[in-house]
Amino acid sequence: MVDPAALGATGEPFVMDLEAGKVREFARATGSANPAYLDEPAPTIPATFLTTAFFWQHGDADPWPAVRMDQARGLHAEQEFVFHGPPPRAGQRLTGRSRIAAITEKPGRRGGTLTFAVMVTEFRDEAGRLVAEATLTGVETSRPPVEES
Amino acid sequence: MTAPAPLVVGPLTRTDLVRYQGASGDFNPIHHDEPFARAAGLPAPLSLGMLQAGFLATWATDWLGAAAVRRFRVRFAAPVFPGDTVSCAGRVLKEYTVDGESMVDVELVCHKHDGEVAVRGWATFIVEVPS
Repeated sequence: MVDPAALGATGEPFVMDLEAGKVREFARATGSANPAYLDEPAPTIPATFLTTAFFWQHGDADPWPAVRMDQARGLHAEQEFVFHGPPPRAGQRLTGRSRIAAITEKPGRRGGTLTFAVMVTEFRDEAGRLVAEATLTGVETSRPPVEES
Repeated sequence: MTAPAPLVVGPLTRTDLVRYQGASGDFNPIHHDEPFARAAGLPAPLSLGMLQAGFLATWATDWLGAAAVRRFRVRFAAPVFPGDTVSCAGRVLKEYTVDGESMVDVELVCHKHDGEVAVRGWATFIVEVPS
């Protein structure tokens, strides 16, 4: 069950180095042949690449476990990336910081209750400028999921 | 501003899922471990919503530019499994100007071959001036 007390939980800052090889690997895995990702010496990151914070955000840096979403009933509902300028490039070192920004409930279309939890991660560059934000929305159904991914 | 032909990917294989898992760092076993997926009531390992989102991003950035994207949002609507073929496309919603910069909002959709919508998306790009 989602724990409403997780609202406001904030992770410790984490470092994320943007690496050319990982950018190219990610681009190929998502069906891209774009030279902006595959050929540039310092490729731009793909629009969904910041999801690879999985590799960098561990332990106290990750406030998501505080949400206590039931793994059997939890789904990734939405994901958003915002870039405040051109997306960062390989070679940059970002510092990320995540917080649980919202926990809300609404009735499900087929009965029961849907509980949404939102985690926002801010990414800053070496100068401390906010360059990107990632917003993850998870949903927990009151019954096991049958339809959504 | 004419949208290019859809990006058609598939039939998806388990290898496609595993390649994306390695690239993304999401190692949830439901996406590669057959017994685990079946125990969860699924017919096969489930594709990753973020893989379909990645295909949508590939289509949109091929069209409008890798460095031009400013916002990319997806909502997951239906599961995708190995054997499915998906088609990613979209259309312009709005063209406008902010502080002298030309912007475009686009709507994106990833369909399965049976017509079901797997992922819906919305993105904002700056309009790159051809050099």
